[in-house]
Amino acid sequence: MTTNQNRTEYLVEASALSKRYDKKSGNALNHLTLNIPRGRIIGLLGPNGSGKTTFIKLMNGLLTPTSGSVLIGGCTPGIQTKKMISYLPERTYLQSGLKVSEMVDFFGDFYDDFSREKAEHMLADLGINPAAKLKTLSKGTREKVQLILVMSRNADLYILDEPIAGVDPAARDYILKTIISNYNENATILLSTHLISDIENLLDDVIFIKNGQLILQSSVEEIREKHQKSLDAYFREVFAC
Amino acid sequence: MAWKLDSDRPIYIQLVEQIQLYIVSGKFPGGSRLPSVRELAAEAGVNPNTMQKAFAELERDGLVMTNRTAGRFVTEDSKMVQQIRQKLASEEIHLFLGKMKQLGFEKEELISLLKTDYKEGENQYDNESKPD
Repeated sequence: MTTNQNRTEYLVEASALSKRYDKKSGNALNHLTLNIPRGRIIGLLGPNGSGKTTFIKLMNGLLTPTSGSVLIGGCTPGIQTKKMISYLPERTYLQSGLKVSEMVDFFGDFYDDFSREKAEHMLADLGINPAAKLKTLSKGTREKVQLILVMSRNADLYILDEPIAGVDPAARDYILKTIISNYNENATILLSTHLISDIENLLDDVIFIKNGQLILQSSVEEIREKHQKSLDAYFREVFAC
Repeated sequence: MAWKLDSDRPIYIQLVEQIQLYIVSGKFPGGSRLPSVRELAAEAGVNPNTMQKAFAELERDGLVMTNRTAGRFVTEDSKMVQQIRQKLASEEIHLFLGKMKQLGFEKEELISLLKTDYKEGENQYDNESKPD
């Protein structure tokens, strides 16, 4: 996308972004203003119900803001931005009646930037049989398949909502290594998880949100330097109940 | 290669220390070409930007240098490697002495203890230091 003249400095620009699901409830997202640059691996962290998934759905155009705006590469969420974002939702949308290989075909048809070789290579590395029907696979294996499909695209922004929660630790290591060696340098990975200690060595930056508001956006090394704490320990301190 | 990282200290500093150790111990010999940032980052399970930052630091110190076309190399300056070796040793000794002081050891007692322990463990240490 280097030839695109409209290319803005930031990949994601949210300004005063708010979302209220119904009139009686409070704001799930409350005037969230932040920018997400290119070429970073960023953790989106916060306690349950803090607005992480709401923010993610707004970026993906699955929800419309109540007020404020979010721009992806300068555009409002739509067909254009869906080409830029590779999204792993918190719940799977794979058709359980299909075979793994049929899902790979489906992704290949759907996304121009999908690499079949990458997907097949990762499936083989994790010992997943492409001929198996999805419904015959365990929950963790289905999650692996979904993550492989998402990471096999050559997108500008990967948004991974709880990507490793159901995956065993050995496969987790493999997946994290795959992320490190595969993503392109101008792409950004935004990752929401509660398994902070598993991913904290991987992160450039972190975004803390609480009650739909931005608490902190900082580089992780800065947190370690300033507070001499791991990100995991710092999170526990900031969000202590 | 095992990378041991604590998460309560900046990762790039720890990477700098580990790479220094690999250079001093001859795993990355003087003048040799280093693996790519991405390879090393994947191996250590860290962000490539962090590994890049560690290399930038090592380059500033002159221990590692980049050749635009051929990649990244360990310095051939054996004096510099020697200096780093001394520095790493005195840091370890500093830590050790701090702990011994906590345990209440005085200089004379400590030296004699070191001597006996070293003699007893001599064969063992020799074996450990041999390359595989």
